[in-house]
Amino acid sequence: MADEVVVFRVWDSPFSYRVELALALKGVNFRRAEEDLKNKSSELLLYNPVHKKIPVLLHAGKPIAESLVILEYIDETWKQNPILPVDPYERANARFWATYVDDKCLEILWRACWTRGEEQQKCISEAGERLRTLETALEGKKFFGGDTIGFVDIVVSFLTPWMEVLQEMARIRLLEEENYPRLCRWVRDFSSCDVVKETRPPREKLVAFFATLKPPN
Amino acid sequence: MGSDLPEKGLVLLSSWPSMFGIRGVIALEEKGLEYEYREEHLGNKSATLLRLNPIHKKVPVLVHDGRPICESLIILQYIDETWPGADGAPCFLPADPFARSQARFWADFIDKKVYDAGTRLWKMKGEEHAEAKKEFIESMKLLEGELGEKPYFGGETFGFVDIALVSYACWFHTYDVTGGLNMEAELPKLMAWVKRCKERESVSKALPDPLKIYDFLLSLKKRYGIE
Repeated sequence: MADEVVVFRVWDSPFSYRVELALALKGVNFRRAEEDLKNKSSELLLYNPVHKKIPVLLHAGKPIAESLVILEYIDETWKQNPILPVDPYERANARFWATYVDDKCLEILWRACWTRGEEQQKCISEAGERLRTLETALEGKKFFGGDTIGFVDIVVSFLTPWMEVLQEMARIRLLEEENYPRLCRWVRDFSSCDVVKETRPPREKLVAFFATLKPPN
Repeated sequence: MGSDLPEKGLVLLSSWPSMFGIRGVIALEEKGLEYEYREEHLGNKSATLLRLNPIHKKVPVLVHDGRPICESLIILQYIDETWPGADGAPCFLPADPFARSQARFWADFIDKKVYDAGTRLWKMKGEEHAEAKKEFIESMKLLEGELGEKPYFGGETFGFVDIALVSYACWFHTYDVTGGLNMEAELPKLMAWVKRCKERESVSKALPDPLKIYDFLLSLKKRYGIE
């Protein structure tokens, strides 16, 4: 009980998924505490009073919030199957791309799927540029982390299945094979990893869930 | 291909009013490292800067043996990891993973909340300005609470969060004027912490005169036609 690991999460969140994937990669047992974001638990509000958001990792009674902060904590606490490289320059690189994804890619990709008309065209164009930039980080590598999944791969995990589902529903194709061969190959390679298959939310469930939000068309 | 960067050694590309660049200066000075400081004029960015940081085109950029590192908090961690305990100086981030996570959390909070609200203090008017003022003070009070009775955010030693926040200190006068605030009165413990930090050579060297920062803002506003 003293060393218990709990993840405050929602099943459809790509952010709490990052935490769960990292723990699974390291073979760490944990308990999932499902939250209802319209009715947040008193525990969540106690453990993340500043932002009141998921994910929160609770380890031995101590809470950590913010997915990137949690990932670094996980890597420093459980040393098997490292997520971040050892070399400081490579670590800086990994942190750079993770921040790039969170600051520059997520919102625009989301908006590209949910806006319409002229605004959507603008978003699609901008999202395309960001993806083009992101793809450069894959040059000569199978995963962003190299031969195995690492920090940036975990952070980019929202591309599959979340972005796949959203693009389908919005009837747009952002990640076309001919424009983004490396990213598309990454999606296939990432998706075929056992640990990813075992931990990701089911595609059909996401489709059903997103359908209950603002209709795409 | 010629390069105006040395093959070996450290270069910091920065801009004197940038709180993010100031962090880099503090970190390098704290570690007692030799480095070349290069001033960038943000209205006329050098070809070197654009080449080294093509994605964001921003300062600061730390160049170490010809390789660029971008983003101030990433630069701080790079310096800390590459020169741990140099000259007997303790690490910026604490040794314990949980304490480290808290330091990272608060540094992230500073950049999400303080920078945004602070900027809106001089950019916005009316209701948006009032909102920014409220958010700014709330965020600073949270930080002051986090500091508590400790001499530094890092505890007994000056560390990561201290560097992340004290870099804003030269902007506090500007936030006071544009926000109609009195930070000294509202945040006495935090202001005492600022004074304590300024006693460190690294910080006093890195922080420009707050009045110069205000002048800089006025000229910036003029240039961009902000009232």
